[in-house]
Amino acid sequence: MSTKLKGRGSNSNENKSGDALPDRLSMIDPEEVKKELLARYPAKVARKRSKQIMANKIDEEGEVPVMSANVRTIPGIITQRGCCYAGCKGVILGPTRDIVNITHGPIGCGFYSWLTRRNQTKPSSDKDDNFMTYCLSTDMQDKDIVFGGEEKLKTAIQEAYDIFKPKAISIFATCPVGLIGDDVHSVAREMKEKLGINIFGFSCEGYRGVSQSAGHHIANNGIFTHVVGKDDSIKKADYKINLLGEYNIGGDGFEIDRILDNCGISIVSTFSGNSTYDQFANSHTADLNTVMCHRSINYVADMLEIKYGIPWIKINFIGAKSTAKSLRKIATYFENPKLIKKVEEVIKKEMPQIETIRKDVKKRCAGKIAMLFVGGSRAHHYQELFKEIGMKTISAGYEFAHRDDYEGRKVLPDIKIDADSRNIEELAVEKNEKKYIARKTDKEIEKLEEQGLAFKSYNGMMPEMEAEALIIDDVSQYETEMLLKIYKPDIYCAGIKEKYAIQKNGIPMKQLHSYDSGGPYAGFKGAVNFYKEIDRLVNSKVWDYLEAPWQANPELSAKYVWE
Amino acid sequence: MLLRHTNKDIKERKALNVNPAKTCQPIGAMYASLGIHGCLPHSHGSQGCCAYHRSALTRHYREPVMAATSSFTEGSSVFGGQANLIQAIDNIFTTYDPDIIAVHTTCLSETIGDDVNQITIKAVKDGKVPKGKYVIHASTPSYVGSHVTGFSNMTKAMVMHFAKSTGKPNGKYNIIPGYVEPSDMTEIKRIVEKLGIKPILFPDTSNVLNGPQTGRYSMFPEGGVTIDELKSSGDSMGTIALGSLASADAARSLDSKWRVPCQVQDLPIGLAATDRFVNALRIAAGVSVPDEITRERGQLLDIITDMHQYFYGKKVALSGDPDHLISLTEFLVSIDMAPVHIVTGTSGKDFEKRIQDITSHLPYKVNVKAGGDMFTLHQWIKNEPVDLLIANTYGKYIARDDDIPFIRYGFPILDRIGHSYFPSVCYRGGIRLLEKILDALMDRLDRDAPEEKFELVM
Repeated sequence: MSTKLKGRGSNSNENKSGDALPDRLSMIDPEEVKKELLARYPAKVARKRSKQIMANKIDEEGEVPVMSANVRTIPGIITQRGCCYAGCKGVILGPTRDIVNITHGPIGCGFYSWLTRRNQTKPSSDKDDNFMTYCLSTDMQDKDIVFGGEEKLKTAIQEAYDIFKPKAISIFATCPVGLIGDDVHSVAREMKEKLGINIFGFSCEGYRGVSQSAGHHIANNGIFTHVVGKDDSIKKADYKINLLGEYNIGGDGFEIDRILDNCGISIVSTFSGNSTYDQFANSHTADLNTVMCHRSINYVADMLEIKYGIPWIKINFIGAKSTAKSLRKIATYFENPKLIKKVEEVIKKEMPQIETIRKDVKKRCAGKIAMLFVGGSRAHHYQELFKEIGMKTISAGYEFAHRDDYEGRKVLPDIKIDADSRNIEELAVEKNEKKYIARKTDKEIEKLEEQGLAFKSYNGMMPEMEAEALIIDDVSQYETEMLLKIYKPDIYCAGIKEKYAIQKNGIPMKQLHSYDSGGPYAGFKGAVNFYKEIDRLVNSKVWDYLEAPWQANPELSAKYVWE
Repeated sequence: MLLRHTNKDIKERKALNVNPAKTCQPIGAMYASLGIHGCLPHSHGSQGCCAYHRSALTRHYREPVMAATSSFTEGSSVFGGQANLIQAIDNIFTTYDPDIIAVHTTCLSETIGDDVNQITIKAVKDGKVPKGKYVIHASTPSYVGSHVTGFSNMTKAMVMHFAKSTGKPNGKYNIIPGYVEPSDMTEIKRIVEKLGIKPILFPDTSNVLNGPQTGRYSMFPEGGVTIDELKSSGDSMGTIALGSLASADAARSLDSKWRVPCQVQDLPIGLAATDRFVNALRIAAGVSVPDEITRERGQLLDIITDMHQYFYGKKVALSGDPDHLISLTEFLVSIDMAPVHIVTGTSGKDFEKRIQDITSHLPYKVNVKAGGDMFTLHQWIKNEPVDLLIANTYGKYIARDDDIPFIRYGFPILDRIGHSYFPSVCYRGGIRLLEKILDALMDRLDRDAPEEKFELVM
């Protein structure tokens, strides 16, 4: 290991919260680290990766470097990424409990996406539909590949209907389905006609796009096209919002529901944690869209605004301060003094106990460093929680995000459409003259913006990280190993595939897709859970036993115990 | 109820699989590849396949599972994956430096008809495979067979690629352990060596997927069959394949290609199957069975006779893989338990016939299905309740809903540890199985006993 040293002012040895950092970090120059990460790769690979590895720089106008993202993974690199199907069926539609999901393909795809993501759901009674524990597949065989699988799919839909009698069935195409030309959409239309329930298909073959992000788009577009707007009944409530991009991993959504409920804010629909078909159908009746995971769903927020007149704001319930801030944003939007007061009461009631625990945990965690390589939002959001206990994120990156998630939404017009993004459908949405209600006039929006409420805005990860932090998109296994050697972080956050290779290095690892176990980590209670969890991970003595006594002290001494 | 839509009304299904009792070929191939020392498995298909297989294996073993992918895009799906695979081979050897890459295909690359053999030849010609390094491959379309088929195909690929006959016997026996846990592979090797036989065991995932915490991660751990051993397998005295579905193909191809005589045995799960395995070893190698092994047999039998009253006549439902279920059913029947419902997701008439043979003398009809699913198993249970369920982790939803004592067995186990450390094969494995069966049944007795019947001594 030949990490280059760098002479640099001692002031960079402190993070924004003023906690001292280990000296070794001030000696590491991210530009040198970048060179080292690339050194071993074949020239072509190094060239491509060099655009996805950036030392963060923030200039006086707040501009950050251009980050290459949402580009193809290089074959053989050992990536974290999954596929389009995983994003569509696993992530977006997986958490909805009362739509019967049928995977059209060989058995594996359905099998691997069966209950593995820890997205919790709670039907309101024992009588309510809950299909999440079921895995349905057409289990295609070679004869279906040769002769086509449409007839089998029709029969499967009929059989699923006969068993489950659902209000909706969705069909997910896997790789071979697209190749042999099975048309899941025409089968869906035919069976919808026949059975009289809503049936729709997704062309989410695994090879589409460059990561699961393509699947998120396809899923959300499908829900928007086939379900949203089907139920116009107006829920009686004062402050109605949709929560977009929240997947109720480890019960995050339950905690957010609890807090919003205490504030008197009603959720019309969540996309898609603990969700139901009816919520989606009715979602256009909400008065505000709040976007949690910008990556997976910002375009749905845009479409809901264009078609139905619902404005959207970015919120973040990860971190106690962020939660409080997000609640205040929602209250500001509704401009009702009663709500503003209620929100402040809730925050005031929740914060003291959080502060006690936070301060206690911070004593043991301050100055430690974290690395986050996960998701399309989480690698950004979770930095808040680490910051709250005095830990610094020295390096981070997303698995499947796009440039706007790194550099901020303002780069959207500059993003080039390439061969891989072109085949992901962009819906052309127009104002629905009958259902469109402008929730706010332009003037009202302007006034709220003057008060500091930003609409349709997301800053991205990079402007909110420190200069010199190393940002890596679609990090490879090799780069991960190098980072561990160079930075020796106190904790590394990624997904299940990375977990044990990290821990075998003696470095604790926390999954931030599924959280390993435990949660919620969102909201107020979630923040406390996370502080405690990180305290457990970075301060446990179990990491101190890596050497056996005879490895630490191999010399023999000629002395007997009874002497 | 978690499976609230499952009812007693069994209707025949022609097209829909509900709650599968199998998964697809490539994951079995990936698992087998990990049993070669210094091997990086490679999935020739979309990224998702590789991500899913690595995730499933990682959750089951709680160990690093490294594998690469050809990362197909729409373009490669149209024009073929040759460029992707050649680039992947180059990147893998340059960046990760394995001794060998074991490529398996997917439904995607099979459907478009990629010729992996030709692509690897080209990779060698193009200088992408360093001297002394290897690329092997197996065809594992997901729409044929199951994960067990994939394991079998990759195991066969190992010998087809490497085995040679030099004409000089190596004095060893090839042992193909089947699709079993790393702990089982260690135990099988121990028994073979105790008999004084030198084994070439492949694949061998022991010390790969049950590695120690040392603070020093190595992508290629100590374990795994070596390439030299695989090469030498054509010079062995014979091959014993355990589990016909997972291991017979490789053994037979060694027999037909290099005249290495093979025999196919059931997986040594339970008393009788282990007896047959040990006896086969003894006769094939002309050795006598050491007292230590006979003693272990006696210990297993001792527990069977000591605890007979607690498992006698208990009804059992089972789901799993064919090779395991055949031996397991035989074991249960042999100790007077009553397997009543048996399902495997893997298709094949042989399986149903074997189970029928094993259970034919029982005074009741056994429900058995190859190519079935866990929804069917659950419906059978609803119609005829059981005292014990043996299945992979997905069985816990059935067990909870219908309040059935439950033992996790097979793949995947996502919520408990033990399977990678404690074997369930051979006599010692039989003891562990019995311990688990008795724990489950007797915990239930303890839980349900009225206070006056709650017993200290059982």
